[in-house]
Amino acid sequence: MTDSLNADLRDIWVYLSASPLAGLTMTLVAYQAGLWVFERCGRRPVLNPVLIAVLLLAGVLTLSGIEYRTYFAGAQFVHFLLGPATVALAVPLYNQFQQVRQSARAMIVALLVGSSASALSAVGLAWVFGGSAATLRSMAPKSVTSPIAMGVSEQIGGLPSLTAVFVILTGIIAATFGTWVLNLARVTDWRARGFGMGVAAHGIGTARALQVNEVAGAFAGLGMGLNGLATALLLPTLYRLFW
Amino acid sequence: MLGTLTILLLCQLVGELIARLLHLPIPGPVLGMLLLFGGLLIRGGVPRAVQDTAGGLLRHLSLLFIPAGVGVMAHMERLSGEALPIVVALFGSTLFGVAVTAKVMALLARNTPPRTGQPDTSTQTPETAP
Repeated sequence: MTDSLNADLRDIWVYLSASPLAGLTMTLVAYQAGLWVFERCGRRPVLNPVLIAVLLLAGVLTLSGIEYRTYFAGAQFVHFLLGPATVALAVPLYNQFQQVRQSARAMIVALLVGSSASALSAVGLAWVFGGSAATLRSMAPKSVTSPIAMGVSEQIGGLPSLTAVFVILTGIIAATFGTWVLNLARVTDWRARGFGMGVAAHGIGTARALQVNEVAGAFAGLGMGLNGLATALLLPTLYRLFW
Repeated sequence: MLGTLTILLLCQLVGELIARLLHLPIPGPVLGMLLLFGGLLIRGGVPRAVQDTAGGLLRHLSLLFIPAGVGVMAHMERLSGEALPIVVALFGSTLFGVAVTAKVMALLARNTPPRTGQPDTSTQTPETAP
């Protein structure tokens, strides 16, 4: 009796660990657990929902011996939505177009300065501290949203999946310590605070900005879109010029 | 919702096609965003359904990064082998990037106050700011 139950459970486990259902469900459950902890503990930035979800999932996968590839076969349905979500950024961009046009010049300059500051300091610091060539190349586009960053990484000879990891870590660092560094720099303009988060830390920075202030959120979304565009256009071109 | 999702996917698909046909360095979804933005400009407004679905998708934007984030597992060897350059570069460049972008923007935009009709939020305390 117990033997057949055990055999059944084993069969169920084999089925579930190989079907997309488990990976997909685990991702949604982990995200909502992350959100719950974040809301319950006073929305402290250190308790970033993405960070909590990633740690939870990595822990569960390691303990249960499920390979990342198997997990991703299910989670890819969530991952796929990054494409349509990037297209959907046209909506907040359109909604804020008036306000955007007014500060267009300031934004373009801040975009170009901030975008190159992020990419150059990332590559420079990694180089100074002895990072490998593959790490440097994968590091360069890490400030922009992952579908763009991964595409750029591939074009300049980086490892797209490593870039994706750098992209997420960048977002989590900004969401966690962004408030602190913006206060340190004495920036009080919500447009500027949001724009900085979006340019330097893409969607996770934007998600954080949206949690705090609507204007900051709109400018963050715009900063993320503009830097995605700037990075996609400029980084491969610069790379081809200098290498 | 279904209609909007179709529009989003169509824009992405056309963007993808243009990028590949013309060998552009821009990813398809970004071209798709520009296409949709152009469409909204021509139409002169965002339909209610598009507003709602896009808002819903973007509200949980951070969820969409989790599958790639878990990929940290697959790169543990490299990450621990090059921990110092990676940690220093990620922390340094991210915080530097946020601060520099925001500072430049704040300095250049101080003469154009936020649009009238909206509360001037620039004097709020930044304690809870992003």
